Amino acid sequence: MTSTDQQPFLSVRDLKVHFSTEDGTVKAVDGLSFDVAKGKTLGIVGESGSGKSVTNLTILGLHDPAHTAIEGEILLDGENLLTASPRELERLRGNKMSMIFQDALASLSPYHTVGRQIAETYRKHTGASKKESRDRAIEMLRRVGIPQPDMRVDDYPHQFSGGMRQRAMIAMALVCDPELLIADEPTTALDVTVQAQIMDLLKDLQQEFGTAIIFITHDLGVIADIADDVLVMYGGRCVERGTKREVLRNPQHPYTLGLLSSMPSLEGPVDVPLSPIPGSPPSLLNPPSGCRFHPRCAFADKVSGGLCSTAQPALDVVDGRGSACHLTLDQRDEFFADFAVSRHN
Amino acid sequence: MSNATPLLDVSGLTKHFPIKGGFPIRRTVGAVQAVDGLDFQVAEGESLGLVGESGCGKSTTGRLITRLLEPTAGTISYRGEDITHAGRRQLAPIRSEIQMIFQDPYASLNPRQTVGKIVSGPMEINDINPAGGRENRVRELLEIVGLNPEHYNRFPHEFSGGQRQRIGVARALALEPKLIVADEPVSALDVSIQAQVVNLLQKVQQELGIAFVFIAHDLAVVRHFSQRVAVMYLGKIVEIADRDDLYGNPRHPYTRALLSAVPEATVDDDGPVRERIRLVGDVPSPISPPSGCRFRTRCWKATDKCASEAPPLVQVEGNKPGHLTACHYPETEALVPARLSKNPEAAA
Repeated sequence: MTSTDQQPFLSVRDLKVHFSTEDGTVKAVDGLSFDVAKGKTLGIVGESGSGKSVTNLTILGLHDPAHTAIEGEILLDGENLLTASPRELERLRGNKMSMIFQDALASLSPYHTVGRQIAETYRKHTGASKKESRDRAIEMLRRVGIPQPDMRVDDYPHQFSGGMRQRAMIAMALVCDPELLIADEPTTALDVTVQAQIMDLLKDLQQEFGTAIIFITHDLGVIADIADDVLVMYGGRCVERGTKREVLRNPQHPYTLGLLSSMPSLEGPVDVPLSPIPGSPPSLLNPPSGCRFHPRCAFADKVSGGLCSTAQPALDVVDGRGSACHLTLDQRDEFFADFAVSRHN
Repeated sequence: MSNATPLLDVSGLTKHFPIKGGFPIRRTVGAVQAVDGLDFQVAEGESLGLVGESGCGKSTTGRLITRLLEPTAGTISYRGEDITHAGRRQLAPIRSEIQMIFQDPYASLNPRQTVGKIVSGPMEINDINPAGGRENRVRELLEIVGLNPEHYNRFPHEFSGGQRQRIGVARALALEPKLIVADEPVSALDVSIQAQVVNLLQKVQQELGIAFVFIAHDLAVVRHFSQRVAVMYLGKIVEIADRDDLYGNPRHPYTRALLSAVPEATVDDDGPVRERIRLVGDVPSPISPPSGCRFRTRCWKATDKCASEAPPLVQVEGNKPGHLTACHYPETEALVPARLSKNPEAAA
């Protein structure tokens, strides 16, 4: 965050999540720290396998404890979630924090009406009567923009379209007025016009309720639209963070730069090839030594002494802005200049 | 478009999937009008992009062109030859010239076959024996798509998603096709890998002069890859134009709405704000599409005329030749001129 005059609502410190598998230990998240304040949106960007979803399942306590080793600290409003009992977590989930998943059809029960699923959450956490819960469900469906909510409340998920299901999920996630909402690729499966509707809805609801949102996506365009702060993950680590403006305008890590320059755009020149990042994301079973990005990095040979392949660069964060790279700031200014020219002429 | 016979000429192409119902005798009770009267041409070596939201019929169109589906009406001509209802024998020589690349790089490769077998499959089926043998040709193809020819004997599971898509491209190239239908070839891939495959396809298109029908929902990818772009909505083409006209001067309200909904990775708080159009509601069901203009239920300009008369796909006033729009009330202003002038190359 840029301004820290208030205590962050969620604070993650040096989080490590390791899974033991038959082939060895998968270091899905390896030393991650971030804060989210109320009413703010943190966008987490990363490719498949970067650890962004695992981080958030861990916050919600939805990991499999038998195969997961977790270190670090997750403080939600001062309460440590990693030491909380399952019962406490259950109380917090839905009430204080809640989640929207990517695949709304798979996350709703096909055997129960949409209204019942929303009402059930509300009853469980507030002890409201059946009638009250139903009214609340209708109210929530209206709030998320479902037409004729008093009729649709008795529909089953299959009777809803893709966009409506995602709205119903949002209604369910927000029914108990949670203070933290984790949205894991909530618009990835949707068409762009519907995606725009859903993002507008989330922004409106955030303004209304002051919810803190963690928005996970692989799409930097979505980040530009919705996030306040951005955290870029690669191979289970944060490689860069800052405000949306800082990260998108003036990326400091070669990976962020690579992501931005590999995206085709709706304007700008078309007859030049895109500049992709060579290679593919690392295996977390056996991650590269040193900087995890170095085998794909265009600038790894610019750092003397082969530091990139031996030493892990530290993430120095000043005022919420930081990047983990061995390049000096002057070097970055020099090497990244072409990018700035081609993108923001 | 040239005046010579186009490579692919589609006219009035229609596909209705029947819906069966009733008991004990099952009757056709309705039809999903997936594709309804498409007209377009693809010239040799040209790339035509088909964009639209899910359910607009773009994939069905791809399958009709490759004759994986039987059209309900209309004609498909390949090099002037009518292949709409051609039988196996007539299609055999043409099949090798029209190839397809699929979306899912995991589902479209046989897990029990080696890469060599997968890529040489089309040659085997068509009994083609290139000089130097099939194995050599496969190694050559692997090299073209940026894979190590030594991986000839590996299985698909040993490759990442991007590499698998490259295998799919190699397979499509095996018969030296003239036309490739690529159905969402990069949408299942990570952003950094997506750019690799787009570049590969572009290289293939330019160096081998292969025409593409490029089906995608991502407008930015299509803009990058296709010289001409058709926008589809509920089974119809609503606008078709050269890339620069379509993205710079869209005339159909739906094209504008679609473009304005694409989130761009730019922070534009000191420049002019991009036009924002938010459509309400969802795409109507293709089983009973709206009368007249199919977009009218979500269009902010719709009038009674739109409900009664389907707008023809024509060159509306002010359009350049080849820019066709199906709208009674086309937009007249260019799209966000201030923003475009910031990017001189975009207009050129």
